Amino acid sequence: MTAGTLVAEGFRPARIALVGPPNSGKTTLFNTLTGGRQKTANYPGVTVERKSGLLKTPGGHPVEVLDLPGSYSLRARSPDEAITRDVVLGRQQQETLPDAIVCVTDATNLGQHLRLLLELRQLGRPLILALNMMDIAQKRGCQISVEALSRQLGIPVVTTVAMRKSGVQDLLGQIDALLNQAPAAGGTAAISDWVEPSPEAIRAYHREVERLLQEAVVREGAPERLTRQLDRVLLHPVAGPLILLAILFVMFQAVFSWAEAPMDWIDGGMAGLQQWLAEHMEESLLKSLLVDGIVAGVGGVVIFLPQILILFLFILLLEDFGYMARAAFLMDRLMSAVGLNGRAFIPLLSSFACAIPGIMAARTIAHPLDRLVTILIAPLMTCSARLPVYVLLIAAFVPNTTVWGGIGLQGLVMFGLYATGIVGALVVAGVLRLTLLRGESQPLLMELPSYKWPNPTNVLLGLWERAKIFMRRIGTIILSLMVVLWFLSTFPAPPDGATEPAIYYSFAGQIGRTLEPLLAPIGFNWQIAIALVPGLAAREVAVAALGTVYALSGDEGTVTEALTATLAQNWTLATALALLAWYVFAPQCLATLATVRRETNSWRWATFMFVYLMVLAYIAAFVTYRVALALGGG
Amino acid sequence: MNGQGGQERQLFEWGRLVKAGLTQPLGLMRRGDVGRILAVQSGEGDVERGLLEMGFVEGACVEVLHYGLLGRDPLAVRINQNMTVALRRCEANAVLVGPLLDQTAGTETVSSREQGAS
Repeated sequence: MTAGTLVAEGFRPARIALVGPPNSGKTTLFNTLTGGRQKTANYPGVTVERKSGLLKTPGGHPVEVLDLPGSYSLRARSPDEAITRDVVLGRQQQETLPDAIVCVTDATNLGQHLRLLLELRQLGRPLILALNMMDIAQKRGCQISVEALSRQLGIPVVTTVAMRKSGVQDLLGQIDALLNQAPAAGGTAAISDWVEPSPEAIRAYHREVERLLQEAVVREGAPERLTRQLDRVLLHPVAGPLILLAILFVMFQAVFSWAEAPMDWIDGGMAGLQQWLAEHMEESLLKSLLVDGIVAGVGGVVIFLPQILILFLFILLLEDFGYMARAAFLMDRLMSAVGLNGRAFIPLLSSFACAIPGIMAARTIAHPLDRLVTILIAPLMTCSARLPVYVLLIAAFVPNTTVWGGIGLQGLVMFGLYATGIVGALVVAGVLRLTLLRGESQPLLMELPSYKWPNPTNVLLGLWERAKIFMRRIGTIILSLMVVLWFLSTFPAPPDGATEPAIYYSFAGQIGRTLEPLLAPIGFNWQIAIALVPGLAAREVAVAALGTVYALSGDEGTVTEALTATLAQNWTLATALALLAWYVFAPQCLATLATVRRETNSWRWATFMFVYLMVLAYIAAFVTYRVALALGGG
Repeated sequence: MNGQGGQERQLFEWGRLVKAGLTQPLGLMRRGDVGRILAVQSGEGDVERGLLEMGFVEGACVEVLHYGLLGRDPLAVRINQNMTVALRRCEANAVLVGPLLDQTAGTETVSSREQGAS
């Protein structure tokens, strides 16, 4: 039985792949076609997301639509684009050859976008051309003869307005027509003969596109004006970078101020849950596991969800608006000084929320070396998990005064910690590019798309996607770690007549005390050493662990308050500063290391990242501690 | 461009443009400069294909819109009044740009300039 008959007899839905250049509105079309019925999974071996959705055509055919990563050509340059190539060529494992391809193109930029269609047509598979954003093209006075184009190409051509449900009816109709045809349509001979187009072949495609446009374009539209005018300001050599800085400033302000209320709600909810469990459960190990291990641990991570979502809301809005490519343009020169590509700006920006989505976003960087450097420095961006530790130590040790006429000293220290991370990242990138990862940098070559209003559906679906990834991680890695950590810090039970807190006698305490001599030169006492053991798995857990070590009890708010006082009494300023310096660099997040392993497909780079960050953290803490001691901070 | 004769003719025209000092690599163009691409050629591997795929192809018209603050790098180039592409000057040097003139009218103008210069 062939794939075609399987489809025809309704054994499985027909599989349709959406292929198109970046900025062709492909994702908007996908969202309109499939609505909320989407599924995101990963392709085996790589972490490129496989986005698919089910729909029923007006003719009653069940169809699975596959949204493939945007690509200018089948000659794939990045891991993302390689997926597109492999799927349409049927080379992707665990993915059968799509029954038909819909090539999505921007009708206002056909001169560039039709070339991909010609490449796809060479494959001899069932193919539909969708002229997307036709409304914008018409508004600019552009007239395209769909019939002439269809006749010239020998394939069905439809116009679509991806933003509107009614704008995709023609496309659905054509899909129906294609599925009603003989299922044997389209052999696979041309696919096995496929070779990367040579420069000459690309030139030939260009000439063919020219010819097609002469036949099919009745009237050319007026060039876009708004983007040019906006760029005159936003890409201005002086005003551009200043505006970028202002946008980043507003963004981080919003992350902290807007997130405050929802974070309080989550905090309150978790505390309430803890209290409810404490009151309604018998005193037992299970209760301890639930209250101290799972609710406290998972709650400590869930609380960052609002900050992460707000940061991503900004990133998605700016991306949809078309500004992110401009940000990469403005940052390129600065980043190329340390051997990075301007494109690395977006992954690194995401890393301020959490390194994991940042590392995953590095997939869009085509060059393997550029991508690897970006991944390796992503954890140096101050992620939100460091904040509770920063806030605690700053509140305990930095006086709440103002310096230089009105700048808060506490805020200044916080800024200094962020800046240290960024500078550290740039230095590390530069050093890596000169030593281990030497090699040519990738050319920039990046489209600056036309500005457009962000599409709310796209942004909300994108946000939902991030929330799901984050929550899934909490449900799996973090949850299981919390159980392990609870076990380590609960067993063995303290002996009778114990004078120290229970954790002192536990496995975690034993590990911490073993580490103490190693950490003494950088000013860490055994309490810190014990807190760092669970903190290795996830940074933010260290605060709760310190609370346990100093035998403080109560909900999170009161623990933090009491800790501030306790630490201010028990630690020297030098120790506190050393711990802050340690936190800027230390690789204390197992989930990040697991992501690096997955993204680089080797333990080698995950191990390398762990070791280099550990060494940097130790050196930074050592220097900070010694300098602070010498200056009288003991 | 049709067949051998066409190619020879084109090469001859380029020769004249270069002699008249009317061509330059895209990487040397200044903000606001416009021109038509005469050749895309790069010694190293994939840069040429990358440029071609982003629309830098012989015959396309280009305009330098913006450049960065430091070292006037990278460039933002408008291709055929339609698509804007950012690229670094070192890659842009693989693109040779001549004056923005109609293909036949262009030769006449260049010829008259050559006469004027001599």
